[in-house]
Amino acid sequence: MKYMLIMRSDEAARQDYEKADINEIIEKMGAYNEALFKAGVMLDGDGLADSMADNFVVDFSADPPVITDGPYGETHELFSGFWMIQVASKEEAAEWASRCPLGPGSKLEVRRVTEMSDFGEAADNPVLQQQEQWRAESGQA
Amino acid sequence: MDDPRRTLEAVWRIEGARIVGTLARLTNDVVLAEDLAQDAVADALSQWPESGIPQNPGAWLTAVAKHKAIDGWRRRTRLDERYLAMGHDLAVDATGTDGIAAEAWEPIDDDVLRLVFIACHPVLGREAQVALTLRLIGGLTTVEIARMFLVPVATVQQRIVRAKKTLAAAKVPFEVPDPTEWRARLGSVLNVVYLIFTEGYAATAGDRWMRPELADEALRLGRILTGLTPREPEAHALVALMELQASRFGARVATDGTPILLADQDRARWDHGQIGRGRAALARADALGRGRGPYALQAAIAECHATASSVATTDWGQIVLLYEALGRLAPNPVVELNRAVAVSMATGPASALAIVDSLADDGALRGSHLLPSVRGELLSRLGRIEEARAELVVAAGLATNERERAVLRAKADAL
Repeated sequence: MKYMLIMRSDEAARQDYEKADINEIIEKMGAYNEALFKAGVMLDGDGLADSMADNFVVDFSADPPVITDGPYGETHELFSGFWMIQVASKEEAAEWASRCPLGPGSKLEVRRVTEMSDFGEAADNPVLQQQEQWRAESGQA
Repeated sequence: MDDPRRTLEAVWRIEGARIVGTLARLTNDVVLAEDLAQDAVADALSQWPESGIPQNPGAWLTAVAKHKAIDGWRRRTRLDERYLAMGHDLAVDATGTDGIAAEAWEPIDDDVLRLVFIACHPVLGREAQVALTLRLIGGLTTVEIARMFLVPVATVQQRIVRAKKTLAAAKVPFEVPDPTEWRARLGSVLNVVYLIFTEGYAATAGDRWMRPELADEALRLGRILTGLTPREPEAHALVALMELQASRFGARVATDGTPILLADQDRARWDHGQIGRGRAALARADALGRGRGPYALQAAIAECHATASSVATTDWGQIVLLYEALGRLAPNPVVELNRAVAVSMATGPASALAIVDSLADDGALRGSHLLPSVRGELLSRLGRIEEARAELVVAAGLATNERERAVLRAKADAL
């Protein structure tokens, strides 16, 4: 089964991060990623840019949806990166997540990735299949 | 989530190989190392529910196992060099339960690599290699291995006990093979991993055609191996092959469990993320610039299928070439049979039938359902319906997997 580890950090943690020694952070995260890789569980992962200039929110409360600067709004914890891992149990996902070199103010939200079997009978729904086809054509998944 | 047993299982999956590897380096005895590690696991099971799960569970288990080794030697008053070495090692660290938790532990990748080669050592039979690899490198419990292979737990236990006795009797040293043996020994490791995968991909026993959990386990082992031997193209190629083949899992079985063959699969259901990872792994193998070995050629064939939008648009000519190359590097009747199938798609069933007939004359695939099922298929495409039906009935009679047998019977009935 696949899990996504979603990293969220609050304002204080982000400020700590800015003040911290970037090389030390890179080294620690590098070691963590290497451990995931060498254990054969790492499928994907990336960090998300923090700068206001690059990010925006599309809010569907209105029609047409409203686009605003910054993902922040009411959100105090910012989604700042993710890992995708493949493991055999929820406990194994928990074990890996708790080894992540993060500090106070940061959290990992750990979510199992849905599989076709989660949709049961609905897996035969042509829309879902079309979606898979689209993912195929665009080289995503 | 707070169940110490399940947490311990997870820790063991992650750290087991490195723990046993560390202990084997210190004791120069894999069998003793594994026994010590299992004793430490038993201690953890009785202590963790009371004391809580330690900060660094892998270090805790390693330290407890080391202490057990020293106690054992003390009891036997064998104060030999190994004891002195370990005694020194431990004297530097703190002792006592608190010390154990804090003790530094720096596992070494080479220890795990040595362990991989020992688990797949040529003095062991294939079943023993598979069981030991899953146990020592995969960190699976005996119960998990038994469940995956649909055999009784006692059988797996027996295989592991016998394998350990064999290693002890052969006095197999804890080291990687020397350069003259490297290629053959690595080949045997890759073979064991792929064997685990294929049992998951097309189960030879039971009422399910695929066991994805076994294939996932093989993929994890393969990825671990590429981390240990990043300069070995065939290790990357094996991962590529497994990723590309596993990408079809979602499309290979109907909701009622019946297998769906390649031509009839809904390609939208292939896992395209996995196809991407497989192609990237093949590119890494190719980038090492040492040419394509048997796994790379098979991965390249799987890539031809994975990147085609239908059977009709598949590059069958390229697949025939790849099978020819594979047949020369690693002559094998199953490869030859697959080449016949590719030839039938590239140039028609008549030339393919000639290949299959000469294979039948060789008798190499006697007793396997594969040859009559392909032959039946080709005969039916040539309009020789009576002969085709007879071959498919023979094939159904020879198939060992229930699901596959049902598909072959249905094909014969449909003619």
